Amino acid sequence: MHSIPGRRLIMGLFLIFLLLPIYWLVNMSFKTNSEIVSTMTLWPHTPTLQHYKRIFTDESWYSGYINSLEYVVLNTIISISVALPAAYAFSRYRFLGDKHLFFWLLSNRMAPAAVYALPFFNLYSAIGLFDTPWAVALAHCIFNVPLAVWILEGFVSGVPREIDETAFLDGYSFPRFFIKILVPLIASGIGVAAFFCFMFSWVELLLARTLTSVHAKPIAAIMTRTVSAAGMDWGLLAAAGVLTIIPGALVIWFVRNYIARGFALGRV
Amino acid sequence: MDKTVNQKAWFLVLPVFLVVAFSAVLPLMTVVNYSMQDTFGNNQFFWNGVGWFKELLDPSTDLGGRFLASLGRNLFFSMVILAIQVPLGIVVALSMPREGWTVAACLIILALPLLIPWNVVGTIWQIFGRPDIGLLGYVLNAIGIDYNYVSNEVDAWVTVIVMDVWHWTSLVALLCYAGLKSIPDAYYQAAQIDGASRWAVFKAIQLPKMNRVLLIAVLLRFMDSFMIYTEPFVVTGGGPGNSTTFVSIELVKIALGQFDLGKAAALSLVYNLIILIVCWIFYTVMTNAGVERKVQASSEPAAEPKPSAALKPVPALKPKEGVA
Repeated sequence: MHSIPGRRLIMGLFLIFLLLPIYWLVNMSFKTNSEIVSTMTLWPHTPTLQHYKRIFTDESWYSGYINSLEYVVLNTIISISVALPAAYAFSRYRFLGDKHLFFWLLSNRMAPAAVYALPFFNLYSAIGLFDTPWAVALAHCIFNVPLAVWILEGFVSGVPREIDETAFLDGYSFPRFFIKILVPLIASGIGVAAFFCFMFSWVELLLARTLTSVHAKPIAAIMTRTVSAAGMDWGLLAAAGVLTIIPGALVIWFVRNYIARGFALGRV
Repeated sequence: MDKTVNQKAWFLVLPVFLVVAFSAVLPLMTVVNYSMQDTFGNNQFFWNGVGWFKELLDPSTDLGGRFLASLGRNLFFSMVILAIQVPLGIVVALSMPREGWTVAACLIILALPLLIPWNVVGTIWQIFGRPDIGLLGYVLNAIGIDYNYVSNEVDAWVTVIVMDVWHWTSLVALLCYAGLKSIPDAYYQAAQIDGASRWAVFKAIQLPKMNRVLLIAVLLRFMDSFMIYTEPFVVTGGGPGNSTTFVSIELVKIALGQFDLGKAAALSLVYNLIILIVCWIFYTVMTNAGVERKVQASSEPAAEPKPSAALKPVPALKPKEGVA
């Protein structure tokens, strides 16, 4: 009953609007550059894999993906492991300054990356982490740790308190309770939080680009460089773009019911 | 469920505190420090007091003019995309199929743009809108509309706005859908018995129930669009001229392009302050909503709509005892 007249048409049109630009990118990645520039074709008439082949064989390209994955995975591990105990604390206890701390975390999640670009550059240069995956992984913590805390807090609050109390009565120590009982109970929550940390770190460009120069250059930065320098290798650019969409597209099935929750910091 | 007071909980929070303090407080101190000084390179700094802030808020200076212009553009941009995305998101959420495999399919396609790296979103639209190789630009020009986002300011704006609608409307839709799903069927049955029109159902049942998620959506969209950097940077580079230069783009230009540390830092602080205020509103709304939800859960054994002060359900639509 929660539907409106013409809903199939509206939904259909909107989905086409969403898919068409993506289709165009995929379409271009399979065309030769001469076909892209010379004619307007709705599908590749001479399909080619040359762009993908180039990305997988040219080190300056595929290293970008490896670099990106390195800092994204590092960041996800750091974020989740520090956020788990904090989420439990926020969910179960009141303590001095808890509300202020919670707000402070949120404000960091919302802080514009542009504000931090320059001071991060100075900070990580000073401590010798500039141009390593660690610099980007730590920098991305500023928005991913608060996100993970907020999402996990929601999941921990869903676990009845009686379970904690029973476990402690049974003689579980706190660390043992945490690892043996709580973590398995909120496993799906951890999965969702990890997915969102992965995603937000994966899509961020400004900090990742500012904090790297040669060795840890992320794929996003390599793509922008190619646009400005080499100019018109559209097919290659499109292929690189398609490959960056794949990690998200692979796991989307598993998190489809949590998307709104993740973007709203676990508050829906 | 009352929380117990336990100061030892700080030990559990400490790792988060340290990690975030390291990446937030230290850099912010640097920013505050820089904002009071001027530099002529070579790491020589001169005390400038609140000079940068005065300049920043004075439209007659170069810095102030650039800041206020980009701020104005950014606010206008945020308003436009909110005006489009919120109604469109609601309509899309209401158009979601009810059951079956199409629900999952729609959810997945809706979520797809949200998971694309922001620079690739830029790339997609950069390619899609080009008159020579992009479908959109080509079709528009073919039907006689002179469209070129590289040289025409209006076209650049339209492209950036359509891109943002493409990128983020799904988020509003998914949030609204989550709100709609939480409405019990009994409400609809009652409305049907009372012979309520579709519009009445929307106004009296669906909109009040989406109230909270809509607020979240508006605030999230406002903050994110206020910080937008990557997508317009990739598509238009802030041009043509300065027409799509938003605050973040201006800031990065000053900070990393000109290395004008003092000016950039002052701008950062003012920028951050604006975000902080919106963020505080967001936080208050979230916390109040949380309390309200708990109260509702404990005082409401049956699926009886709780008349809230702001949006009372029309009396005729109240589910009747024994019917629902």
